[in-house]
Amino acid sequence: MKIIIFKLNDEEYGVEIDQVRSIERVSHVTRIPNMADFIKGVINLRGIVTPIIDLRTRFGIEAINDSDNTRVIIISVKDIEIGLVVDAANEVIEIDENRIEPAPKVIGSVEAEFIRGVIKVENRLLILLHLQKVLNLQEKEL
Amino acid sequence: MDTNQYLDMFIDESKEHLQAINDNLLELEKNPKDIDIVKNVFRSAHTIKGMSATMGFEDIANLTHELENVLDQVRNEITEITPEIMDVIFQSVDLLEGMVYSIIEGSDGKANVAPLVEQLKAIASGQQPTAKETKQATSTDNKSDGNVDGSYGHLLDEYQKTVILQSQSTGHNALHISISLSKDCMLKAARVFMIFDALEGLGEVILADPAVEDLEDEKFDLSFELVFLTAESKDLIKGKLVNISEVAEVEIKNIDLTISSEDEDIKADVEPTVSESALDSSKQEQKQPTEKNQAAMKTKPISSKTIRVDIERLDVLMNLFSELVIDRGRLEQIARELGHSELVESVEHMSRISGDLQNLILNMRMVPIEQVFNRFPRMIRDLSKDLNKKVELDIKGADTELDRTVIDEIGDPLVHLLRNSLDHGLESPEERIKKGKPETGKIQLHAYHSGNHVFIEIIDDGNGLDRQKILNKAIERGLLTEEQGNQMSDQQVFMLLFQSGFSTAKVVTDVSGRGVGLDVVRSKIEALSGQVHIESKLGEYTKFQIELPLTLSIIQSMLIRISDEKYAIPLSSIIETAVFSKKDIYLVQGQQVIDFRGHIVPLVSLEKVFAIPRADEVEDDEVSVIVVKKGDKMAGLIVDDFIGQQEIVLKNLGTYLPNVFAISGATILGDGQVALIIDCNALIQ
Repeated sequence: MKIIIFKLNDEEYGVEIDQVRSIERVSHVTRIPNMADFIKGVINLRGIVTPIIDLRTRFGIEAINDSDNTRVIIISVKDIEIGLVVDAANEVIEIDENRIEPAPKVIGSVEAEFIRGVIKVENRLLILLHLQKVLNLQEKEL
Repeated sequence: MDTNQYLDMFIDESKEHLQAINDNLLELEKNPKDIDIVKNVFRSAHTIKGMSATMGFEDIANLTHELENVLDQVRNEITEITPEIMDVIFQSVDLLEGMVYSIIEGSDGKANVAPLVEQLKAIASGQQPTAKETKQATSTDNKSDGNVDGSYGHLLDEYQKTVILQSQSTGHNALHISISLSKDCMLKAARVFMIFDALEGLGEVILADPAVEDLEDEKFDLSFELVFLTAESKDLIKGKLVNISEVAEVEIKNIDLTISSEDEDIKADVEPTVSESALDSSKQEQKQPTEKNQAAMKTKPISSKTIRVDIERLDVLMNLFSELVIDRGRLEQIARELGHSELVESVEHMSRISGDLQNLILNMRMVPIEQVFNRFPRMIRDLSKDLNKKVELDIKGADTELDRTVIDEIGDPLVHLLRNSLDHGLESPEERIKKGKPETGKIQLHAYHSGNHVFIEIIDDGNGLDRQKILNKAIERGLLTEEQGNQMSDQQVFMLLFQSGFSTAKVVTDVSGRGVGLDVVRSKIEALSGQVHIESKLGEYTKFQIELPLTLSIIQSMLIRISDEKYAIPLSSIIETAVFSKKDIYLVQGQQVIDFRGHIVPLVSLEKVFAIPRADEVEDDEVSVIVVKKGDKMAGLIVDDFIGQQEIVLKNLGTYLPNVFAISGATILGDGQVALIIDCNALIQ
């Protein structure tokens, strides 16, 4: 299984490559009024209006200003295309699915419900996200 | 040959040609004499035959081949169109459609075409589909006419005899006309011309002796003979001819081939089916004109100047173009900053061209609703026959353009509503006469744009809806109490018809019959984010109105700015933009209002509604207001700036974001940014 690795703070996360459509630089984001705070807004993704989720806000991590490394990972889950704003994304690695371990109760700052599991690759600990849960918008069924 | 790659093309073209045939046949039913229409039908059938044979759909090819034969005879005026023949042709077209649709669904397009093929063959050989007895009666009539003359067999060849037999079977007479001109006739050719002219409207000259060319060249003495097919009486024709000056004598006799065939032992039998040889020769005779026509078609191709493009490719094209627009914006900016005049000039030129290009691409997705509408005349024809009702379908606005995705979905609900109008709305002819209405009912199907919506209306002048009956039924079914019912407006009562619990009930059919299946219509329309309304007056009319958004279409909008955010407001909602001085704003019970042309109009602060963050507070003596409307209600939206009027492409916010208050969608601006579109209806209470 191949995963794309991205960073939030100093932690490394992974999403399955099958779910990733593309990785984009941050372009102009249009705010959507009166939405949940983690919905950063919408961007123009090659002519398609695509919503953007700020993962920092979603995970309750302190917000920082966009840097040169800030990326939007466009993922596609159940016909929904959505962008995740992350601090950096630049690596693809192959992992052995059997080595994914259940998430411990508390790791880092992310609530356990968003985590599908963790995997140790050499000296790094990667957190695999449960995207459906992450996207869950006010208990919206996905 | 591997034909799979051509399958799409085959399907598209077949559908198109079948539609053309249907349209033309309906026309033909109105003007059975119009050979041009027959030619159009023939051409379409011919194309389908060729395509299906190439693709290996033998049944389609067979059926169209027979259809073509019949049409060819009609085209060459050997066979005359009768309602019975029309019915067989319509049935054939239906079967063809069925086969094409089965191919679309992935089957091999086979069907039992044998019965229709037989019928068509019979027609091509001169038989009337159901009127065998009539034909025999006609020929007996001819015999008893007293004017039987069997001595013209020598003039006629097999082919012409077949023609005569066929025309007799449709109630026409074949007449032998001998005309003598007076001895002192000066311009014989002119007289010939006048004689032919007089005959023209009455029937068909199938033979002249001497030949027509010779007659026109005055290569005859004083008399000549014609064989004439007509439905008119001999006396009428004689009267017309005698009236032409310098015509000395006119003698008209009936031609009866039954006698001539017996007398002269020619195989043209009363039963044309058996006259194989006659048929064969007639086919040979026909070949020539057919080939001629085809040659004529080649020199004058009637091809439509369109190409087909996969809708997905258009999507890709449009998205690529949006990218280009972003780069254009950047280039414009760079050119401005550098101030290099040649660069600025060429960038401006490029901007203009890409602007035009943008409009073109956007318009490509729009399809006229005609595509959906043009199958309705045929449907209404069939249905009115089945129901024994007389109806006139009036279609307006078929050129109204809708996004392709909507077009694909809107057909079924419309079919349902049209059927409903015809079946339950319109009264029977007898009933209508009793009521003093014209016998023929009228169903109007109108489409038009209004703002960023398309309206489709189906209006029948039938019996209308009975409020009380609907209410009674609803109360009976426990959908509401009598008290509730009495408080409802007519519109609300009529909308009960769209409730699922209501409409599936069998008993409804004897209420007014208007409910059956309407819930399906509503759910479909709502799935397209549209709405249905009903209006009706008992005894007079019922009007269904469908309101659809133009999902991915282009609308005119006003771009506005509030703080750093840009929004688009559909021009259709805007009455006026105005600037008011702060002292002209009044407070009524805490609500800011303005006096707009004598109306008290409440002000809405978009900044507050959309919680727009503002970096620095600007104090200004004036406020910019956009006065918008919803029906007859108005509101004034406070904005910072009017950016200007712009054509925008509506895009939805996707399935992820739930309905956002007062936002109906988004659009991508020239600089690549997304701007939200304000839904004024939500802002006006």
